[in-house]
Order: sequence, then C-alpha cells, then structure tokens
Amino acid sequence: MTSVLYDVPGPRANRRNSILAVATIAVVVAIVAFVLWRFALSGQFEASKWNVFTFTTVWVQIGSMLLNTLKAFAAAAVLSLAVGFILAIGRLSDHKWVRIPVTVITEAFRAIPVLVLMMILYYGLPTLGIKMEPYWAVVLALMVYNGSVLAEALRAGVESLPRGQREAGFSIGLRKSGVMMLILLPQAIRAMLPVIIAQLVVTMKDTALGFIITYHELLYYAKLLSTQPGRPILQAALIIGGIYIIMCLLLSWFANWLEKRTHRNLKNPHVAERDPAADDDATLTSVIGTQDLDRLGKP
Amino acid sequence: MDVIFENLDLWRQGVGFTLLVFSVGGVIALVLGTIVGAMRVSPVPIARAVGTLYVNLIRNTPLTLVFFFFVFGYSALALPNLSNTVLGIMAIGVYTATYVAETLRAGINTVPVGQAEAARAIGLPFGQVMSLIVMPQAFRSVVPPLMSVIIALLKNTTVAAGFGIYALPLLQSTISNSHTRPGTPMEVLLWVAAIFVALVMLLTWLQRTLENRWRIAR
Repeated sequence: MTSVLYDVPGPRANRRNSILAVATIAVVVAIVAFVLWRFALSGQFEASKWNVFTFTTVWVQIGSMLLNTLKAFAAAAVLSLAVGFILAIGRLSDHKWVRIPVTVITEAFRAIPVLVLMMILYYGLPTLGIKMEPYWAVVLALMVYNGSVLAEALRAGVESLPRGQREAGFSIGLRKSGVMMLILLPQAIRAMLPVIIAQLVVTMKDTALGFIITYHELLYYAKLLSTQPGRPILQAALIIGGIYIIMCLLLSWFANWLEKRTHRNLKNPHVAERDPAADDDATLTSVIGTQDLDRLGKP
Repeated sequence: MDVIFENLDLWRQGVGFTLLVFSVGGVIALVLGTIVGAMRVSPVPIARAVGTLYVNLIRNTPLTLVFFFFVFGYSALALPNLSNTVLGIMAIGVYTATYVAETLRAGINTVPVGQAEAARAIGLPFGQVMSLIVMPQAFRSVVPPLMSVIIALLKNTTVAAGFGIYALPLLQSTISNSHTRPGTPMEVLLWVAAIFVALVMLLTWLQRTLENRWRIAR
C-alpha cells in the first residue's frame, strides 16, 4: 500500500511500525485501564448503581423519551428540508427583491447558534406574550438553522451544474420553474445527498440541546435518573449515549446505502465509467471544489 | 440599551468566558485533532483503527452528551476537583478534535499520490517530501474547511452555558433571576445573537482572506 505520506515499508520501517503499534496499544490500554480503575474505585460497578435499569418502567420511560427525541427529529427534519428548498430557490431567484432578503436571512440564521435560537423561542417569546412549548422551540430552532444550512448545500449543488443543463432546459421550451423543478433541483439533490444526510445526522444530535431548555427527551431523562437512589449518573449517561450513537450510526448507514443505491440506478452505468462528466462523483467533486477542497489537489 | 450599559460587568464576563472556552477549547481541539488525524493516516493499522473508533464514537454523540459526561460524570469518579469551566473546555476540545482530525485527513487525501512519488523519484528524502511537496499542498486545501470547523466551535461554546459555565447565553438567566438588573430575556438573547453574528462574520471574513491569499494559481 502506498500513500502520499509514506512509501511501501522496508525492514526498518516495518520494525518502526511495530514499535508504534505496540506504543499505541499501550497508550490505549493505559487510558482504558485508568478509567476502569476509577470506575471500580468509586464503586461505579456496584449493583446499586445499575439497579435502576432492572425496572421495566424505567425502560418504558426511556422508550417514551426516545420517542420524544425522534418526534422532534422527524418534525425538524421534514420542516428543515422544506425550508431549505424554499430558501435555496429564493437565493437562486432572478429578482433582486427576493434574492437579497433571503440571502440575509439565510446567512443570519446560519450564524446564530442553535441553542441561542432555542432560548429566544423558549425564554424570549413569553416576554412578548407568546407561550412556546419546549417541543416547538426545539423543532422551530432546528428548522430555521438546518433549513438555512441545507439551502446553502442545495444552492451549491445547483450552481455546480454545467450551464448547458439550464440552457438546454430553456431551449426545449420550459419555463423558469420547470427548469428549476425538472432539471436543476433533481440533479442538485442527487449530488448533495451525502451533505443532506450528514446535516440530518447533525439535526438528530442537536435535538439533545432540548435538554437545556427542559424538553423531555433522552438526555433530560438521564439527568432525571441520576437523582434516583444510588445516583447512577455515569450509568445513565452511558446507556443514553449508546442509544444516541446507535441512532446516528443507523442514519449514517442509511445514507451510505442510499448513496450506493442511487449510483447503481444510473440508467447507463457504462457512460459513467467512460465519461467522468456523466458521473455523480464528478458533480460532487465540483461541488466540493467550490470550497477549494478537491480542486486544489488536482494537477 | 440599558440592558447593555447597566449590565456591562456581566457582558464583559460573558464575552470573556465565551472567548476563553473558544480559544482554549480550540487549542485542545487542534492539538488532539492533529494527533488523531495523524493516526488516521498512519501506516500502522492499529493506530488507524483507534483513530477511526475515536472519531466515529465522538462524532455520533451529541455535544450536549459529551458535556454531560465531562461535567456531571467526572465528579462521580472521585478524581481531583476541577471547575465546570475546565471540564467544559475539555469536553468541547475532545468533541471538536474529531472534526479537526477529519478535516486534516481529507486535506492530506486531496494531494495526489503521484506528487509524493515524483518527489521520491527525484531523490528527495522523507523530510523534504513532506515539507516541500505534500504539506504545502495539503495545508492550502485544509485551511478553508478548518476555519469552518473553528466557526462551528465558536457557536458550540453556547452549549457550555447549559452547564453552568458563564458563557454568553447564561446572561439570560442571570439577568432575569436578579430583580435589580434591567433587561428582558428577549433583549438579552437578541444581543447575544447579535454578538455571535458579528463574531461569525469576522471569522468568515478571515476565512475568505486566507483562502484568497493561499489559493493556488494554476
């Protein structure tokens, strides 16, 4: 195996690599052992600390909290996709009076931290006489933030398409909306699918911010559990953390599966092999290229 | 404007703690991220595996939960007492390090293998291959995405406020819990949002400037 960083290893490099491997193992084992030692020393393995998790009601509660998390995620995901499309189309508009305000809104919502948005909705609005449920504060904050991030992704996707796509659309007599809906957006969505799914994983993770504004989701329940006899705070955090990691990994796997599937569904796979311009990867590369990531590497 | 000028001490404290968490957390993230990033591209399989595990584990954990572990979990381990601020900085550093590592790895992967092979072919030793050929190219493609990571880090400092660290959003509860300080939660939070927009704009401008300065003319 060869890489930019190192050549195929010879005998000396092999020796050095095995030493490094042993050192890595030693460091990792040391860290894990230290944590386990502290766990044992502070009695984290005692039955009383894990006792809470033997009750069915606790698991039912965890289930309902998980449902709350998923409810917030599902609503936020759907709404932010909708907002993303609207803002993206607004930013690509030919009319200045649409484009400029939408650009300002998108940039502003991208710059404000999600937690501050949530707090504005939850703590701020009641001073104006509007009562806001924590659920809606979480969903709406995630909607505007992720919506504007997705809008940027979609816009980058549309702008990365070859000019000929739009021109061909107009030349066969489509209107502006037809060109956008039938020609540009489908290709942009396909090219930006990895980015869109990655942003959905971020949305899922950000639902945990609801904990801070007392939305009754998984992390909130972890905090609640830690007041139970035995104060099992680490145990609760470990179990809830495991649930989050599994959910996010499932979503990432789904993204990978979807990406592979869309690639296989190319109507004429041989074209893709011969002509890089017809391949999704090429489109994706030019999208990333707008961030000067890939273009720089190519001679 | 009373909300600013009558609470100037609180605003100074809030901005100070936000910048403290941002800068120290950023340094931890850069150092740890460079180490993990180096592990991810190293020729040692076990180091690559450890780096991958770390990145996948932390990246799929919400930042709030990482904070939860550090701020609440640490005290359960009966280790020497550390303030919430220190623990929060560690949490944000450990979390952001995974993003730094991935950015560095992506940057190194953009350098074509042919570049290094050509450098070896003309007889450059390892040190010069790195310092003259690979790193200058990787660096240029790393800077813009790395700045994006740093902007995200700045916005993530707000989470610290949820764990009793005096970062900016905590001003809202401090001011509304006190009877003598002027300002409604809405006013406070809108000013907090305005400060973040200003800081993010500053960093975005820096990002653009650096990007233009180091763009490769081809």
